Amino acid sequence: MAPEVTAPSSGQGAPFGPDRAPRGGTLRRLLATREASVLGALVVTVILASFWVDGFFTDRTAGFLILDVTAIALIALPMTLIVITGEIDLSVASILGLTSAVMGQLWFLGLPLETIVPLCLALGAVLGAINGLLVTVAGLPSLAVTIGTMALYRGLAYVILGDRAVADFPRSWTSGATQRLGETAIPWVVLLIAALAVVFGIVLHATPIGRSLYAIGSNDEAARFAGISVRMTKLWLFVASGAVSALAGVFWTLQYSSARADNAFGLELSVVAAVLLGGVSIFGGLGALPGVIGGVLLLGTIRKALELADVSSDTLSVVTGLLLVISVVAPNIVARLKERRRPDTPSVPAHSNQR
Amino acid sequence: MFRTRLARGIAAGTAAGALLLLTACGGTTRDSVEEGGSERPAGEADPDAEIPEGLTISFLPKQLNNPYSTFANTGGAEAVEELNGEFKEVGPSEASASSQVSYINTVSQQGADAIVIAANDPNAVCAALNSASDAGAAIVSYDSDTAPECRDVFINQASAEGIAKTQVEMIVEQVDGEGQIAFLSATPNATNQNAWLELMEEELAKPEYSDIEVVDTVYGNDDDQKSFQEMQGLLQTYPDLKGVVSPTTVGIAAAARYVSDSEYKGKVAVTGLGTPNQMSEYVKNGTVEEFALWNPKDLGYLAGYAGAALSAGQITGAEGETFSAGRLGDYEIGPNSEVILGPPTKFNADNIDDFDF
Repeated sequence: MAPEVTAPSSGQGAPFGPDRAPRGGTLRRLLATREASVLGALVVTVILASFWVDGFFTDRTAGFLILDVTAIALIALPMTLIVITGEIDLSVASILGLTSAVMGQLWFLGLPLETIVPLCLALGAVLGAINGLLVTVAGLPSLAVTIGTMALYRGLAYVILGDRAVADFPRSWTSGATQRLGETAIPWVVLLIAALAVVFGIVLHATPIGRSLYAIGSNDEAARFAGISVRMTKLWLFVASGAVSALAGVFWTLQYSSARADNAFGLELSVVAAVLLGGVSIFGGLGALPGVIGGVLLLGTIRKALELADVSSDTLSVVTGLLLVISVVAPNIVARLKERRRPDTPSVPAHSNQR
Repeated sequence: MFRTRLARGIAAGTAAGALLLLTACGGTTRDSVEEGGSERPAGEADPDAEIPEGLTISFLPKQLNNPYSTFANTGGAEAVEELNGEFKEVGPSEASASSQVSYINTVSQQGADAIVIAANDPNAVCAALNSASDAGAAIVSYDSDTAPECRDVFINQASAEGIAKTQVEMIVEQVDGEGQIAFLSATPNATNQNAWLELMEEELAKPEYSDIEVVDTVYGNDDDQKSFQEMQGLLQTYPDLKGVVSPTTVGIAAAARYVSDSEYKGKVAVTGLGTPNQMSEYVKNGTVEEFALWNPKDLGYLAGYAGAALSAGQITGAEGETFSAGRLGDYEIGPNSEVILGPPTKFNADNIDDFDF
């Protein structure tokens, strides 16, 4: 491995020398986290794009950007918690699609939207609970379970709606979904995302439940012996993931005014990408919500800036892919470097010395 | 412990659901909403308006890197160049319903004068197109239409009548005006194909075609293997068959492949709708004399001119307005703000190498 490779941004790029105290104050510790690197990269990207890309630094851009990443941002919240416990939910985009199909079909059958929306959210919770039960009661790996339900839920969506699209939702609802805040170009949905982010953030970072998630992710055997109800916790996380995915599905359907079975096909990968880019370890036990929000916004910003700069969508995929690889590889390289410079410290797993 | 809490959770959920169903009276339903189809604001058209130089015309195909849309957009580029405008081609790398929205927003932000779009979903792009239209862009759909209220003009590749008539002309010529023919279609419920088949049978019922007998219609389900077998079956069942019309690109290619390797080569005519790249081999080895499809390049070219004419105010999209489209001549806007490209282009050994799609 090339030793000159460093993290994508400043935060973690400067490894501590052997003569400096590795734990030099709270600020330094804070700056050295992966969340800080992501947020730093976000700030740098925004500044660069504002200088180089015509028409980037406007509130219209911000408005479009937020609408573009709404579904990803919403689903990334519960996904963060799930990945921290060492599990994963790949069925989220299919839950979104199935919710959208059911919403379309119920509307088509003449139910009022005021009933459809709660029913859809409940459906999402049930779909999530099925995932959760298969993982906790049947004891199957979540990767396998949710790959299965990803196909299953998407298939059900096609059973319900086929290749039809239901599009005659009332205008008051569809334009309401993308309504701006006052005179700005910022959509109101940013408040919904922020509110949910605060809820998930508090649960994760300021409650015993949050601490137990990290414990489960680090070693769920030990967590169980410590008295944490591992199965119950995981089950509820999957329920939350299903419900939030359904919420994203309802929003998606109204935003695009189109209920289709193939809505958000492949979105689960964008969500997982944003979560990993945000500094959550795929092995569990590590990560924080602000980093994930930063990851979502970073991916969205890069995409928007390159689009405005007339970069083709293929190049865009290459850039996004590279960024992800770097974000996964860089911490490992940095960890190895640190290890090499401090041979006397006990060796630790590559991903566990950032917190 | 786990089980009791779980049971309690399920019970609570069920109760909440039941409560919800009980309260489900009243509210916004499909029947309570009257869709006041918002008409596009139609300004006054000024037929003499000059097309200004430097118009930015952005083409949004269903997806990039698809040979069909790439070829279509070479026509768009040609038109924009003739008009001294700026041609742009942007779009998603996967043809999904909502992926185009972000691109519409972007080109609108960049100040596009006209947006030419092949919609992946007629409705999902609507809100974005409407806001682009509010920002001053003319909206043209081509290849695949949006909901009518979201665009100014739709460039339709061909009318059903034109497609049916061209195929009848070709088969009649290729079987010398007499004998048994059959149809190899897509699926039994394919909307386009059924409309064309019906129109072709109407056309063939005319007295001048009385020596032509349609013996059968078979369905290859737009599946290569199935179409191949159906073609095989047709030739076994009807030994006197003179020709087959396949109004689907999958069908005609499979039919041509079967005939080209069989004793029927040169004896049974194969024609219909196909793409030049798929069919070029069979045209060159003498299996297929001539087939047809609309010319995507002309489609893109016409769409480019329509966008410029809209942006300049020559047309507004109202029925009966006319505009000029360079080498293709003058066009009139029909009902529903549709412009029809014209009869399909026929491809044969003389011209097939000029088309790459």
